[in-house]
Amino acid sequence: MDLHKLSLTKQLEGLKKGDFTSTELTSHYLNRISELDGQLNSFITVTEDQALSQAKAADDRYKKNNNFSLDGLPIAHKDIFCTKGVLTTCGSKMLSNFEAPYSSTVYDKLDKKGMVMLGKTNMDEFAMGSSNETSYFGPVKNPWNIEYVPGGSSGGSASCVSAELAPIATATDTGGSIRQPASLCGLTGIKPTYGRVSRYGMIAFASSLDQGGVIAKSAEDAALILEAMSGHDPKDSTSLKLDQPDLTKNLNNPVKGMKIGLPKEFFEKEMAPYVLKSIEEAIEVYKSLGAEIVEISLGNINLSLPIYYIIAPAECSANLSRYDGVRYGYRCEDPKDIEDLFMRTREEGFGAEVKRRILIGTYALSAGYYDAFYLKAQKCRQLVANDFSEAFKSVDVILSPTTPGTSFKSGEKTNDPVEMYLQDIFTIPANLAGLPGLSIPCGEHNGLPLGMQLVGNSLEEGKLLQFAHSFQSNTDWHMKMPNI
Amino acid sequence: MALSDQELKEIAYLARISVKEESLPSLKKELEDILGLFKELDEANTSGVDAMSHPLDLSQPTRKDEVTEEDLRDELLKNAPSVKSGLFLVPKVIDGEN
Repeated sequence: MDLHKLSLTKQLEGLKKGDFTSTELTSHYLNRISELDGQLNSFITVTEDQALSQAKAADDRYKKNNNFSLDGLPIAHKDIFCTKGVLTTCGSKMLSNFEAPYSSTVYDKLDKKGMVMLGKTNMDEFAMGSSNETSYFGPVKNPWNIEYVPGGSSGGSASCVSAELAPIATATDTGGSIRQPASLCGLTGIKPTYGRVSRYGMIAFASSLDQGGVIAKSAEDAALILEAMSGHDPKDSTSLKLDQPDLTKNLNNPVKGMKIGLPKEFFEKEMAPYVLKSIEEAIEVYKSLGAEIVEISLGNINLSLPIYYIIAPAECSANLSRYDGVRYGYRCEDPKDIEDLFMRTREEGFGAEVKRRILIGTYALSAGYYDAFYLKAQKCRQLVANDFSEAFKSVDVILSPTTPGTSFKSGEKTNDPVEMYLQDIFTIPANLAGLPGLSIPCGEHNGLPLGMQLVGNSLEEGKLLQFAHSFQSNTDWHMKMPNI
Repeated sequence: MALSDQELKEIAYLARISVKEESLPSLKKELEDILGLFKELDEANTSGVDAMSHPLDLSQPTRKDEVTEEDLRDELLKNAPSVKSGLFLVPKVIDGEN
């Protein structure tokens, strides 16, 4: 049986009914990884022994009828989540030898529900990138066409789920790092409301923007796992004091009578004709389901990119000051004094994009520029958030493309940082306002998939997933998988 | 937005990242391109707008003053590049006579 063709939800049913064991399911994926990942490079570490022993433990619990809620289901974790005793690199030379001394809350929560870790997925270094070409462990390839990038920074998570080397993967999103790779690999990716998923043990990039989520093959699968990852965590001071939400109960509710907002500022932009066509077709699907389409205005939305490229680097420059070659991670050879130790460790341990962002952030926070850049960006961030609050008074969700186009060739944008940054033009605003956003496949162009984005009001992940599931119940874009 | 070599070196020193002389021109160009993006914010009218430092309008939570951390000393030291007698080892920090 082609177990990887079953959805995660069906796999759980199969395990519960005893159609197959977790050991069979886990071995199936481990075999696929060893057979196919050589050409994709989507994993940094494959935790084969640990996976098989977790699977066996799950099988034993099923035999005794005291299984956990997600027992025996395999998952891949982005290598940004600390996993105790397992290499956790964040895609950097700086942490290339780092074995996490404790596990992230996300890992712990899924582990306690019985999920089996297949391995740790490749990513842009410290989650900074949109093509997964900045990883110290080499670029990741897009399974739809290996000459193309999978997107980033969660490129390994997207690539491995798309190639069906894992049924689902955790991911993180600071400016689009879940939604953009999901779009470029033909998958469903959701970033919840800021504070829904604990950031404890999730290596920090820009703390007021970073949020964990999942990349899956469908909204139904994403709902199942996002729900299990969510909930208040006393170890994260920015974790929302709310119980785990029920994200699956409303999945099948109709979207009839609900309102979808189209921000005119996005649609006024020059858009590739095939992107516009796919989005218009998706809108027609929603209209046929009885949803109402409303034009809205987000007047300050075009400020999002510059705001982000001040705030994210500023927070990154502060967060990444911890990598000093003293307590963990890479240290340069034969430092002549403490200053030489810091300066060379950081020069040698960080890649080019990470250093660029640290320098930009340091500049934006330095005396004389703080007010002009950082403070101004924070005020503009408020304007963007206000626009969303106003819009959600009259609509349920906001629809747009996820990315300006389908995937691009490896190396095509690596020499032009600003060109690369434009990849996130549609996704960044949700991070600035802390809102939930998801991407689902809605079209293709020249054999490469394309996604649409839905952004919801604060805490309304359930509604987003309902919209996504309703689209997926009436179309088959999400069923298309690459031939690899 | 133009950056001088001197400014770039100062920023790099503040960030404690050494920059090789030969990579200064290309790095300067990349940073100037990024800084060029920021000009767009000049047009935004932000008078009377409060700075948004965080998406959640929450005050810092407090908890009982109890020890909750496990003792991970040995685990943590295992990742250190250089350790002696349970301490992190670094090059001499204080200058002076031997």
